[in-house]
Order: sequence, then C-alpha cells, then structure tokens
Amino acid sequence: MRHILSILVENEAGALSRVAGLFSARGYNIETLTVAPTEDTTMSRMTIVTTGSDEIVEQITKQLNKLVDVVKVVDLSEGKHIERELMLVKVRAAGKDREEVKRTADIFRGRIIDVTDKSYTIELTGTTEKLDAFLDALDRGAILETVRTGVSGIGRGEWVLKV
Amino acid sequence: MELKLPPLAETGEVLTGAEIVIRCLEAEGVEHVFGYPGGAVLFIYDAIFKQKAVKHILVRHEQGALHAADGYARATGKPGVALVTSGPGVTNAVTGIATAYMDSIPMVVITGQVPTRAIGEDAFQECDTVGITRPAVKHNFLVKDVNELAITIKKAFHIATTGRPGPVLVDIPKDVSNHTARFHYPDKITLRSYAPVLKGHGGQIKKALHLLLEAKRPMIYVGGGAILGEASAEVTELVRLLNYPVTNTLMGLGAYPATDKQFVGMLGMHGTYEANNAMQTCDVLLAVGARFDDRVIGNPADFAAGNPSRKIIHIDVDPSSISKRVRVDVPIVGGVKEVLHDLIAQLKAGAQRPDPAAIAAWWQQIAEWRSKDCLRYDRKSAIIKPQSVVEKLYEVTQGDAYITSDVGQHQMWAAQFYKFDKPRRWINSGGLGTMGVGLPYAMGVKMAFPDAEVACVTGEASIQMCIQELSTCKQYHLPVKVVNLNNRYMGMVRQWQEFFHGNRYAESYMDALPDFVKLAEAYGHVGMRIDKPGDVEGALREAFAMKDRLVFMDFITDQTENVFPMVPGGKGMSEMILSEEL
Repeated sequence: MRHILSILVENEAGALSRVAGLFSARGYNIETLTVAPTEDTTMSRMTIVTTGSDEIVEQITKQLNKLVDVVKVVDLSEGKHIERELMLVKVRAAGKDREEVKRTADIFRGRIIDVTDKSYTIELTGTTEKLDAFLDALDRGAILETVRTGVSGIGRGEWVLKV
Repeated sequence: MELKLPPLAETGEVLTGAEIVIRCLEAEGVEHVFGYPGGAVLFIYDAIFKQKAVKHILVRHEQGALHAADGYARATGKPGVALVTSGPGVTNAVTGIATAYMDSIPMVVITGQVPTRAIGEDAFQECDTVGITRPAVKHNFLVKDVNELAITIKKAFHIATTGRPGPVLVDIPKDVSNHTARFHYPDKITLRSYAPVLKGHGGQIKKALHLLLEAKRPMIYVGGGAILGEASAEVTELVRLLNYPVTNTLMGLGAYPATDKQFVGMLGMHGTYEANNAMQTCDVLLAVGARFDDRVIGNPADFAAGNPSRKIIHIDVDPSSISKRVRVDVPIVGGVKEVLHDLIAQLKAGAQRPDPAAIAAWWQQIAEWRSKDCLRYDRKSAIIKPQSVVEKLYEVTQGDAYITSDVGQHQMWAAQFYKFDKPRRWINSGGLGTMGVGLPYAMGVKMAFPDAEVACVTGEASIQMCIQELSTCKQYHLPVKVVNLNNRYMGMVRQWQEFFHGNRYAESYMDALPDFVKLAEAYGHVGMRIDKPGDVEGALREAFAMKDRLVFMDFITDQTENVFPMVPGGKGMSEMILSEEL
C-alpha cells in the first residue's frame, strides 16, 4: 500500500543522506522524496511516498524515528490529508497542434509559463494521478521534457505537524 | 544597578581544539583511550603528550583500537573511547565500529580529518568519514567550528550511552584541533530529536503480568539488552519469583546465572535442545532486551507457524526492535531494568501466582528434554576435544574469569561450556561476527580490570586476524591468557561444508600455520603447545599461575569435531541436528 510520510528533521548537513541511506540499506522503497526548510529554519520537512505492507511501513516509521536527526514522523495516509505535486512540461506546439495543447492545458487548469513559436512550457499542480492523466491526454510524441517535484502533503483541518 | 553577566561563551579558558578534546574526555571520566596517531590527529596527540589524566594505549592497527575500546565498554559498561587518524585510520576502524554497532556497545570514536579547506579536494589521507561510517554508527558528526567542539563531544557521549547504546563518531578536521575557543563543558544536554523512553507503560505491564501468570508453559528469553541495561538483578528476581524456565541468548549469557537450575542453557542455532524446544512450544514468551534474530529463532515464518497460539511479550528500549521479525502481542517500550522493576512491583502487590500444577508439568517436560544431554561429547578421546578445554578452563578459573572469544566453533563451545554466572564476563562479537576481536577485547578488559583473570578463547584462524596486538600486550603488560583451539581449519566454515556442501572443504584448511609457541616468544610472551588430553588441565594451571605473563596456549584439537546441537540456517528452531554421540 502507498503511504505518505511527513518528516521533520534537524536542518543539519547530512540529514538527507541519513534518511535516504536508511531506505536503501534496509531495502525500503522511495517513490518520491521532497525536502525544504520550514518556517523554523532550524528544521526541514520531508515528504516521502513509499509503498509496503503495514508491517514494513511500521518498521520504516520506527527506523526513521530512531535517526537522531529526525524530530518527528507522521504517516499522513493514516488520516485525512491533501497532497500536491508540481510538474513542468515542455510540449511541441506548432501548427494545428498548438491550439489543442492550449485547450488541454486549460482543461487541467495548467498555466503556460513559457512560449516560443514551436513550444509551450506548462505548469501544472495536482495529485500524482492528475499529473499522470494530463500526460496521458497529451500526444506522447509532442512531449519534449517533463520535470516533477514529487509529492508534498499536509494534514486536513486542525491536524498539524509541529514540534 | 543592573548586574551584567557575560554570555557563556565569554567565560572559560581559551584552549585549542586538541586541548578541548582532552578536557572533554576528562570531564566524562574517561581514563583510557585506545588509538593510533597520524597526520590529522597530531595536535590531539600533542595535547595527550602534555597531560596525565587520560592514558593512551597505542595499538598496532586501528582495528585493534576499536575492538579494545569495545571490549573495555562491554566489560565495564562505560563508553569505550578510540582515537584514529583520517583516511586509512578510519577505514581500518570501520570493522570495529560496525562490530560495536551491531551489538549496541557505547563508544565514542574520535577521528582526525583533513583541514576544512581541503575537505572534498581528494587530499592526502582524506576519506568521507561521516559518509563511510554513517550506516555503522548510532550517530556521527563533522565538527567544522572549534566553538562547536565541546558541545558536540557532549552530545556524542550522551547519545552513545543512553537509550539503546551504540558507537558515535566525532570527525575533527586538523585545523579545528588547532583553532582556539573558550572551553565550556555542559553538565547536561537535551536534544529535541532524541529522548529515549525508559519508563514502560503501566497498562502494558499489567497486561504482560496477567498473561505471564495465566501461562501453562511459560518461557523467559533474555538477550544482551538485559546486560546493556544493567537488569541482571531484576531478571534474576523475576525468574525466581515465578519459578519459570529462562534462557539467555549468546549476547545475554551471564544476565541470569548459568549454574542455576532454572537456566535451560543458551538458545539458538547452537542452543540446547531444552531451550530451543521450550521456545518453540511455550504458550507465553517473555522476551527481555532480545531481538529474535536469525541465529536465535531461525526462520520467523517457521517460528510463528509452528506455534500460532503462543503469546509474546517483548520489553525493549528500542521500539524498532519490537515486531521487526516476529509479531508481538504485548509490546513494552522502555528500559529493561525500569520495566522489570515495575513488573516485579505489580507482581508482589497482587495476589495472583502462577498455576503450580501447570508449571510442575512444564518442568517435567523440560526435564525430559534435558535428559537428552545434548551437549554430550566423547570424553575418552585420545585427541583433545575442544569442549574439554573450555570445561577445564572453567574449573581452573573457578568460573570467575572474563572470557573473550573470536568467532567460530570455539566461540560456540565457549558459550556452551563456560557457565557464566555474572553479566559482562562474556565478551564476544555476536551480531557482526567479527573474527579477530578476541585478543583486542582481552586487552580492553585487562586494561579495565588489571587484577582479574582474562582469557581469550580463540582459534588458529581468528587469532591471526589481529595477532599484531600481542605487541601491544607486551608494551602495556597485559598478561591475558590465550586459549587457542587449534584444529587447523576454519572450523565453522568446515562444519557447514561438511553438512551442506558435500564435504568439499573449499579454502577452509589453514595451511602454513606459524609455530605459535615461537610466535608468542618472538613477541616477548610465553608459548605452550598442548597435544594430549591429559596435559590440558596442567597447562592451564601452569599458565594461570604465571600472573604477570601473557601465555599463549596452543591446544591441538580434534579436526573433525562439530558444534551440536545445530539448527541449520533458515530452518525452524525445533529442527535441530544433534550429535551422533547421542
């Protein structure tokens, strides 16, 4: 099963490699990993999307908590949460296809953020499924380049991850 | 008028980083540092030269320094301290660090690093120490600012010695050890990201006690955590109050006295018939500071499937040890000493006691298993049996020596035949299984307890892995006794080849062995060669009578002897191979 783990870590050199190293050393999966400092600059927040049985995810959570640099770990999948991912896609947009690409971007509420006479670069935010659906809607041959941030997640309502 | 105090950083003596290191060690009560100098640690060695509080022991290879500090920690319970230089100093130390990590041994490892401006430039004797050691330490630090040095060392000792202990490494660039700062060493430290829980949950303890008292076939399984957590007295009290059978793991030997009638022997791959059968068939299992590892319970699927109704209570300070390989019914996170203390208090306060009829029947069953006498071996052999050497060692030292071992058959025989009645007397590498630890372990123990008898039970293959430390033993007058069970084979490898690889003894024969007697003499020690069963006891008595000499006893033992019982790797606990002697 897919799980979204939110992790507060000390903003120390090497904290990322400790977390990433834990996953590779113990054979756990990482689907996506995002990290950036929080409003408290002494801490960074990571979001890791992983898959595994309940036992494995329980072990992952325990092993993460055991790392000295890890301040807090929450499995967002255990409650109501919101997840978003940002994607930039460069698409060939020339001739008769140009209008079709724009229409598709509009349907997915994408924004065209760079334009040349042969291409559009589109910014799209949403769940992983939505971004996948957008790529499916485009003509595969027209996609020149994609870059995705990986998932960021946050709990709904009053559910707050703080120290 | 407002009184203005200077901020903390403005108080304290101005010292170099190197001097700060020494003052921190002093403040932590460190008496011995095991190490080896080199370019990146020259300032620290200069500071060592100028003081007397901390004694430095010069080893002959960095691996020896780490193992000696590790052995020191295992015997004393205090953190072991090692000091090595950058690059090859660190890479040589890695085996020792990983060995300590696998057995949760508190250590602080100080390493030199190239100067900060040279880091990342592939400088001479540079390696990414923090990167290389990261998966083998509890935590590690690179100190880039001398003002952070004292607080970092404080953190290192705090992390190494609390919760589930482990090695912590502090990497100090050469320039940082020469920069100056005001020295201030905090008494206490709190880390928001690190706060091990010691007190167990009262409700869980109550549940555990209820399960235990309802048991018809109870079993208590005690691991190295009981020794690390200083819970031997609590374990013993609980086991005796309940009159339940108890087993110790390889790492837990001595946590419960081996000569007591409730002790059913060590369990696991080479555990006793009675201990393994009791583990497999009990209805309630209390695991104390143990981790159900592959050498203990074998295949977890077989362990669970063979007895699906068994209830398991697990006490451990490390939550990640609980339900890692085996599903646990009542997990209790906490220090084993603290949790057992509360459990005993609840037991004494309550009126319920175990069911005497059920427990008597269970003991009856255990007596039946015991009658197999699974550790029996041929005592009339004309060739020295390795087991008999350990038994004589036990007699000659009256069961009161510190026994270190290397890794292999001799280690298992020492564990099976030396009856440890006290914790911290059995010093071996259980988790990583590092050949070569025995002699440096003995050095560390002897350094800590100069008046105690210290024997290293080893084999001719293992001893050669750190043999250079015989020189260190000479320099520091460490009269340990080396008991070499010499069967001319990597015995455990040979045993597996005999059982599982069609008697094809690929590369396990130790050809071109040195003359160990001459070798011992070359290092300035006493050597003995013993090849007759009748000479074993006399040789041991003679050796231990030489109080101030290291004696290397080379026992020429039976080449074909195997360790029994044996649970083949990946099998279930009750699938034991027993000796043909039975």
